[in-house]
Amino acid sequence: MGKRSIVPFGPQHPVLPEPIHLDLVLEDEKVIEAIPSIGFIHRGLEKLIEKRDFNDYMYVIERICGICSFMHGMGYCEALERIFDVEIPDRSKYLRTIWCEMSRTHSHLLWLGLLADAFGFEALFYQCWRMREKILDMFEASTGGRVIFSVNKVGGVLKDMDKQMLESFVKEFDAMEEELKKLCDVFLTDITVISRLKNVGVLSKEDAITYGAVGPMMRASGIAIDTRKLGYAAYNDIDFKIITSNNCDSYARCEVRIGELFQSFDIIRKAVKQIPDGDIATTVKGNPNGEAFVRLEQPRGEAIFYIKANGTKYLDRARVRTPTFTNLAPLTKILQGCDYADVPILVLTIDPCVSCTER
Amino acid sequence: MGKVSKSPWIMHYDGSSCNGCDIEVLACLTPVYDVERFGVINTGNPKHADILLITGGINTQNKAVVEQIYSQMPNPKVVVAVGICACNGGVFKECYNILGGADKVIPVDVYVPGCAARPESIIDGVVKGVEILQRKQDEAAKAGM
Repeated sequence: MGKRSIVPFGPQHPVLPEPIHLDLVLEDEKVIEAIPSIGFIHRGLEKLIEKRDFNDYMYVIERICGICSFMHGMGYCEALERIFDVEIPDRSKYLRTIWCEMSRTHSHLLWLGLLADAFGFEALFYQCWRMREKILDMFEASTGGRVIFSVNKVGGVLKDMDKQMLESFVKEFDAMEEELKKLCDVFLTDITVISRLKNVGVLSKEDAITYGAVGPMMRASGIAIDTRKLGYAAYNDIDFKIITSNNCDSYARCEVRIGELFQSFDIIRKAVKQIPDGDIATTVKGNPNGEAFVRLEQPRGEAIFYIKANGTKYLDRARVRTPTFTNLAPLTKILQGCDYADVPILVLTIDPCVSCTER
Repeated sequence: MGKVSKSPWIMHYDGSSCNGCDIEVLACLTPVYDVERFGVINTGNPKHADILLITGGINTQNKAVVEQIYSQMPNPKVVVAVGICACNGGVFKECYNILGGADKVIPVDVYVPGCAARPESIIDGVVKGVEILQRKQDEAAKAGM
């Protein structure tokens, strides 16, 4: 047995855009144990529910995270719509689906870029982020915002996309898909990439269940669970297959996310084809009373929204369980026994979103 | 701004932002905006940095971290607060864990507004930061340091 030492990782670290702290217990070059400590971005926004009424709070909950901000807003609105027991117009469901899938593509491209950066492949990082900018342009054209859109409201959405715009988006996605295929080939076939990802950070199917992995992390361990299949928004009408992989390693996580990227393009195409005409929102009157649970699939995995209302305009509780928080437990598992040099990549393979985790 | 007097190396630290401004800071460094054409390089090491970009408000947990990063940067140095949260706390101002903007713990030279701050305004902020950096350098030279 070698000498044990503890190396701190973070909160400020070149590979992390966000602060998280890990105490790595090392024996020579091997990591024996990783002890995470969080709280550097804790703002306490769940408590802010006492000071903002339920309509205003939408803008606060959207700012849990800048990457899946649309989905946070949508989960909150869906929960309140369940409490109010209103059925939103079909067109708004489809619009939400399209924006959701666009968020997923931009999030996965962001992740692919950061992964490439983590193993030092800068050209690939730049290419991924170049593609991502095109999606941000579409967001800006359709909502007015690049990262925070504020287009959700209780009862529907605030902005509509006309036929011309939707078709131009589809055309853009078609062109992007061609380019992305080449790019993703590099991730899946390049020998330098494979040597950093294959057989690193193996999370077996049993461990994925025991440690409660969610999202692509779980699907890369061969478990086919996708909350979109529960059928919120318009996902009931759109046919898609859950993407899984049985390799269980970092490469599998990359593979699953690339698969989901192309699947999102398909879902957007189908949604644009099927989108009905009509209103984009219904009016919701009065104050909510009751409680509701909503589960939805964010790019990083399953998020759960719990809202409890008491009949006044101020809610009692707005609780969010975010995917990264759940994925920290599997992270400590895959870090056990890995090489010290692999730690940054392994931390990235869970696609950490620390501001979601700590709120 | 005319001639670029210095190629500033920037360091980015996420105070307690929602990630929105952070990905916009990164978006500045990647194609489309590409600030590297001005010689701006993102570094992970505070000892190499001239400009600190800080996003998000300050909370009780990260106060010490921000102070430490600032103290590790060599003089002269410039702090750019990116986004409304770093300016004064923004939408989270009334949260129990938010002490306020970045200027609660370190001196801030440039304030970049926006939620999330747009890459164009972040670049403007950095350019302004370079001018201040130059001024600080001249002052230090005059004082014979």
